[in-house]
Amino acid sequence: MKILIKNGRIIDPLQDIDRKGDILIEDGKIREITLVRKRGSAEARKKKVPDFRASELSNFRTIDASGCIVIPGLVDMHTHLREPGFEYKETIKTGTKAAVRGGFTSVCCMPNTNPVNDTIAVTEFIIKKTLKEGSCTVYPIGAITKGQNDEELAELEALKRSGCIAFSDDGRPVANSLIMRHALEYSKIFDVPIISHCEDLHLSEGGVMNEGFVSTILGLRGIPKAAEEIMVARDLTLCRLTGGRLHIAHVSSEGSVRLIRDAKARGINVTAETCPHYFSLTDESLISYDTNLKVNPPIRTEKDVEAIKQGLKDGTIDVIATDHAPHHIDDKTKEFDAASFGISGLETAFSLGLQLVGQEVLDLKQLIMKMSVTPSNIMRIPKGTLSSGADADLAIINLEHSFVVDSSRFLSKGKNSPFNGWTLKGTVEKTIAMGKVYDWT
Amino acid sequence: MFKAKDLLGIKELTTDEIYYILETASGFKDVLQRDIKKVPPLRGKTVVNLFFEPSTRTRISFELAAKRLSADVINLSTTTSSVVKGETLKDTALTIKALGADFVVIRHSSAGVPHFLSRLLNISVINAGDGANEHPTQALLDLFTVLSYKKKIKDLTIAIIGDITHSRVARSNIYAFTKLGAQVRVICPPTLMPAEVKSLGIEIYSNMEEGLKKADVIMTLRLQLERQSKAFFPSLEEYFYLYGLTTERVKLAKDNAIVMHPGPMNRGVEIESEVADGPQSVILEQVTNGLAVRMAVLYLLAGVKK
Repeated sequence: MKILIKNGRIIDPLQDIDRKGDILIEDGKIREITLVRKRGSAEARKKKVPDFRASELSNFRTIDASGCIVIPGLVDMHTHLREPGFEYKETIKTGTKAAVRGGFTSVCCMPNTNPVNDTIAVTEFIIKKTLKEGSCTVYPIGAITKGQNDEELAELEALKRSGCIAFSDDGRPVANSLIMRHALEYSKIFDVPIISHCEDLHLSEGGVMNEGFVSTILGLRGIPKAAEEIMVARDLTLCRLTGGRLHIAHVSSEGSVRLIRDAKARGINVTAETCPHYFSLTDESLISYDTNLKVNPPIRTEKDVEAIKQGLKDGTIDVIATDHAPHHIDDKTKEFDAASFGISGLETAFSLGLQLVGQEVLDLKQLIMKMSVTPSNIMRIPKGTLSSGADADLAIINLEHSFVVDSSRFLSKGKNSPFNGWTLKGTVEKTIAMGKVYDWT
Repeated sequence: MFKAKDLLGIKELTTDEIYYILETASGFKDVLQRDIKKVPPLRGKTVVNLFFEPSTRTRISFELAAKRLSADVINLSTTTSSVVKGETLKDTALTIKALGADFVVIRHSSAGVPHFLSRLLNISVINAGDGANEHPTQALLDLFTVLSYKKKIKDLTIAIIGDITHSRVARSNIYAFTKLGAQVRVICPPTLMPAEVKSLGIEIYSNMEEGLKKADVIMTLRLQLERQSKAFFPSLEEYFYLYGLTTERVKLAKDNAIVMHPGPMNRGVEIESEVADGPQSVILEQVTNGLAVRMAVLYLLAGVKK
């Protein structure tokens, strides 16, 4: 099977390409890119018909991408697929479908399932299930501690060998500093990142939103920024001590950005991610007590949003991940205190990221770096590029076309989106994952 | 006059609406002094008291207010309802609606529950206390009580003492008294001061003596005894030493200052018996006024088209 994607604006930061052209895909791999040399020139028009076209024209599936960008498939390094154990919230099947709907072709799934992904058996289950039912590539993230219980290290070598590409106790912090130290040290054997969910559980206990003026007037228990920042500071300190590879998940606060910026300036081996909701929303939107806005870490203030944007701009924050946390409607149709934390994010992430381009926080290339290239680099996976020979993972996106978010039509089982009803630009028209075409038009 | 079908909080009320409720309450207070205290406006209406938290005075006050207005009253509390069987709040609410209730009076430990019910139901929802958010009828009865002694609210100095962080009474009173032009001070240890509360236009004190100076109204709040275990303060003794309302401290306020407490009191913790039972205390008057205010709220909401 051959696919020819024609007339798109091809952007591949890794090859420093941003030009109109055609892409040929063969057997699930990218075979060749032919670029228009000079816009409108005779030479270009001649060149536009790729050399490879002549031979087997009838065997090609041709996709017209005119008016769209053609980019490496997005890579989400922070996804909750919920399976095994919470199939009523999401499955590998529905989660990966949501991923491709959002332009993602690879997702890295967090281990806080039931059972926790702390054994070969669970990792292999995820991989097998993905081969059977998945729409995109899934890279499992193993637990740092057995059962995410913060007591004993999981068998990291076994997990790595069976397919895990990073370790995290996400959903919970590694509260025990000694265990965190050892995780950062031990994981150096395999050159994999330790992804830290930074939260001081004593400080955050009972909290359901950002602590500040808004929590005061809503009478909801607040989670201070310090609960995050203290752990960011601790982990940066441990990272310096051990020389391990630290990745800070879901950065939400100004203070965290500052700590990470300083650490990078001092040469500490750290990377960091934020999520669309941390640069798109402020805690004032919680006035309605809408549980779709309940997320951990919580949505912060205008000041934090500005700091996150600045961090994205100056490179302090390397990655935009979704922290896709789908929930069943029953888990959100509840008292605010009792509702589950999390946002179903895969199907809105790119369009929210695109707003940063509109605001001149990032340019398009930087956005693609943060949502595809850099996460691939951090996870050491062969994704995030349109180079010849690479997996045929691409997204074809119409930047000008806008749409109204309707979470009831999400392909994810989780309809829990605070962006429901928003009008966003950037419609994913097609996603190609491992050469398979998903057409959303 | 009243447009909203619900009473969710003081935050949501205009000054005019507040005064209107207080005037109406004044009429009902007269009714309550008659020999026959029952009037017919809510005949054929059903009020459900849905209490997910223990409460005696608020529930009884709402129950009696509804009965004085000739409504039928059902009391549902966590110990007797299906909640113990695992029913969700949504299902409980829909059941109440299906039974044909006209009002639901809700008390819940989680902030925002009245708002949740308000969206779910087309009947009147009255907030009888939600988490640390609001307790609007308490603030209304406090306004009513202060008005009856001071004849005005504007420019009075109101000192609220105690656990502000966890107190819905404090919040509703801060909104109520500031809306009507009083100067509100809150006095508490910094551990029990909510974040950025100063932005509400109030003064904050951690020194009891300074905070009480020249106050017209002293309102002390119930201290939840379990707060000690979370290190909000070291001991009840120390709390009383720093923030207990004593006869000596009452003297720092104006001579004609009144002493209020939303109840139930911890005698010897936040307030000395001598003060609670003393000549400046209006604590029992608050209870009586609560009945009139709740009658007024039920009566006014009954007139709103839904």
